[in-house]
Amino acid sequence: MFESRRDIFSKLRRNRQKARAIAARIIVLALLCAGGLRLPAQEKNPYAGDAKMAKLGEYQFRSNCAFCHGLGARGGGRGPDLTRAQKHHGNTDAELFHNVHDGIAGTAMPAATNGGIGVGMSDEEIWQVITYIRSLEKKTSAAETGNSAHGKELFYGVAGCGTCHMVNGKGGRLGPDLSSTGASRSIEYLTESLRNPSKRLAEGISEPLKDFSQEYETVTVVTSEGTKLQGVVLNEDSFTVQMLDTREQLHAFEKAKLRSYEKTRESLMPTYDTKALPEKDLKDLIAFLLAASEKGGGQ
Amino acid sequence: MKIARVIRFIPYFIVFCVLPSSSRAQVTSERLLHSSKEPQNWLMYSGDYAGHRFSALDQINVSNAATLVPKWVYQTMAGGKFETTPLVVDGILYGTGQDDRVYALDARSGRPIWQYQQTLPVDIRPCCGRVNRGVAILGDKIFVATLDAHVVALDSKTGNVVWDATAAEHAKGYSFTLAPLVIKNLVLVGVSGGEYGIRGFIDAYDAATGARKWRFYTIPGPGEPGHDSWEGDSWKIGGSPSWITGTYDPATNTTFWTTGNPSPSNRGEGRAGDNLYSNSLLALDPDTGKLKWYFQFTQHDEHDYDATQVPVMIDDGDRKWMAQANRNGFFYVVDRTNGKLISATSYAKVSWSTSKDATGRPVPDKAGAPTPDGNRVCPGALGATNWMSPTYDPQTKLFYVTAREQCDIFSTAPQPYEAGHAYYGSAYFPNDDTQPFWGALRALDPATSKLKWEWKHTSPTWAGVLSTAGGLVFTGDAEGNFIALEAASGKVLWHFQCGASVFSSPMSFAIDGKQYVAVAAGSALFAFALP
Repeated sequence: MFESRRDIFSKLRRNRQKARAIAARIIVLALLCAGGLRLPAQEKNPYAGDAKMAKLGEYQFRSNCAFCHGLGARGGGRGPDLTRAQKHHGNTDAELFHNVHDGIAGTAMPAATNGGIGVGMSDEEIWQVITYIRSLEKKTSAAETGNSAHGKELFYGVAGCGTCHMVNGKGGRLGPDLSSTGASRSIEYLTESLRNPSKRLAEGISEPLKDFSQEYETVTVVTSEGTKLQGVVLNEDSFTVQMLDTREQLHAFEKAKLRSYEKTRESLMPTYDTKALPEKDLKDLIAFLLAASEKGGGQ
Repeated sequence: MKIARVIRFIPYFIVFCVLPSSSRAQVTSERLLHSSKEPQNWLMYSGDYAGHRFSALDQINVSNAATLVPKWVYQTMAGGKFETTPLVVDGILYGTGQDDRVYALDARSGRPIWQYQQTLPVDIRPCCGRVNRGVAILGDKIFVATLDAHVVALDSKTGNVVWDATAAEHAKGYSFTLAPLVIKNLVLVGVSGGEYGIRGFIDAYDAATGARKWRFYTIPGPGEPGHDSWEGDSWKIGGSPSWITGTYDPATNTTFWTTGNPSPSNRGEGRAGDNLYSNSLLALDPDTGKLKWYFQFTQHDEHDYDATQVPVMIDDGDRKWMAQANRNGFFYVVDRTNGKLISATSYAKVSWSTSKDATGRPVPDKAGAPTPDGNRVCPGALGATNWMSPTYDPQTKLFYVTAREQCDIFSTAPQPYEAGHAYYGSAYFPNDDTQPFWGALRALDPATSKLKWEWKHTSPTWAGVLSTAGGLVFTGDAEGNFIALEAASGKVLWHFQCGASVFSSPMSFAIDGKQYVAVAAGSALFAFALP
């Protein structure tokens, strides 16, 4: 009729033993997955040096990465140049994989979704892209570029860069923070930025993600009281502007209430031609930026 | 004595008060046909069957728009783009939100009456956000089309599911984002998935039972006319989705739907031909789904120029037009009785086409095709406009459209098809122009296609446009402003900072004689009125 208590207990015990055995198997499997499968999948590039995989990676790169990082990974408005061997967010295979797979918090770099839109890559496709990036990488060391110690002297001294730019916590605020720029941009780009600063206004790529784009456009306003202020645009819409003036004071205005409002894409940064900055000094300055980013950027 | 007499009459009063309101609670197909007779309500996605997105309410007008204030805000508490155009029926607002949320609100206070959310599987394939643009209504049912490719009928009083029809396999890239369109007793929907190599279709479901009454494949099968516009088997995975709500002409019993890009969107290799009926205007019989005629805007598209913009019916005397400001940068006026092109005029910067065929239709230049190293083409991949609604104002006789001035570099790369995997064969990226992208609200005269005025946005926006009998147009911007302009001149009269980008098209309604204008921005639905 009724099962005795004993029977019930023994059944329970048997079930518990069975459950324990299953649990143990699951744990072993999980460990195997974590130790045996996960490591090769996420720590080391299985396609390293494979030219065919690099080609597939190039196609993947165009579809998934070039929007921000540019064709040929040479850098775009938002994304850094990935042909640099020294990368701000890590250089190992595992770090690259992690950055593509999971995104980079605090930046515009999104996480991959397998097969989705945006960065829609599977693990294999991410490794193909890494293989492609590796095939493009160029080593650029500060020591080979110039005298970084002299560059630092110039930066905070006669060249006056530090008046407007910050590197690793020291310097001005009017221009972009350059702590990680050495690792994000090519030598050619950095040279062009010095020689012809208005050709391409910097977009705040080294800064944490903003949902609006800051381009360091020059703004000149005359307030209703007649005060003239010049500076850079931090943000604006059709009706308001938020700016930092050349004395590093924050201002916010309703455009309709200003006596005049003028915005140009002529950078406030002076042009450093070969007279203002001879080739050797330019190289030293760039060497300083490279060295600063080699030490880990913002730290 | 007097009081007693009054009390005796109370039951009659109750009967009189309740009867009309309970009969009004039923939205009949007759009411949908004559939506202009009840401007206090917004009965379908575009406000009316003509796709005008025009409100005949004029309490908010040019003289007082500057005093508009927010009256209530409803928060969906969800992330992602919030694209809904709500409906309002007799004081109740029905809207959707991110991740297929549906809700009924007290339209006077914004307080929720019921909320519903579709249980979405993990392997859905929304291309461009977990978005939904709105519901349709008939009788006591609310219809929503979901990201897992279902069409669901909800009880308008409780939000309970009445029926749930599966249209297609979501894991293969099929999804719905649009607001359905009710015609007679049928619920019409078009599918999304042009980024996944689907075979597009437009479906009609019986509003009472959820049984599918017809399906029109937007890519003709073997033996059907137009099938030979596809190379080999490419028709099977040729895209041509139909992801924006259509319009309906009761006079000819014709429903007009538009279609999107052929797949893969940015690679023409492997799908030689015009790729019918991608990027087309389709005239269908709503009872049978039979094609009456079609007009293809962009043949053999390689730039993702979906024609999925609401096709707007405009009558000019005896002339029956269909106007569309297309994503490809041309403003088309088509005779909607036969599909013949009347005019095609660029309303934004265009470089993909520099010539027209014998009918006046712009044809693509070979030189504009995407290349491995990239080719700069205007408009860019997001188009000169996109899904955000235009409006036609019968008072000013002007067509207002959100224009985006953005050119992109189109590159191409081979990509094998894999079910459920993004399939676009390429990418686009921002060009090297020193000038940033910008946008504008443009007022076009459909009779001449000429620009009447424009209001420049700081950056390209994803907000649609509403016009009202108060002489106003309303739109939003990417910086979060909701803006009222004078419809005749484009002069800005009022703006409100919503705190996040406007990714929706506004609408208007009235309760107790008070007019509201509503718009979704960020994760919030705002309702504005006079103080």
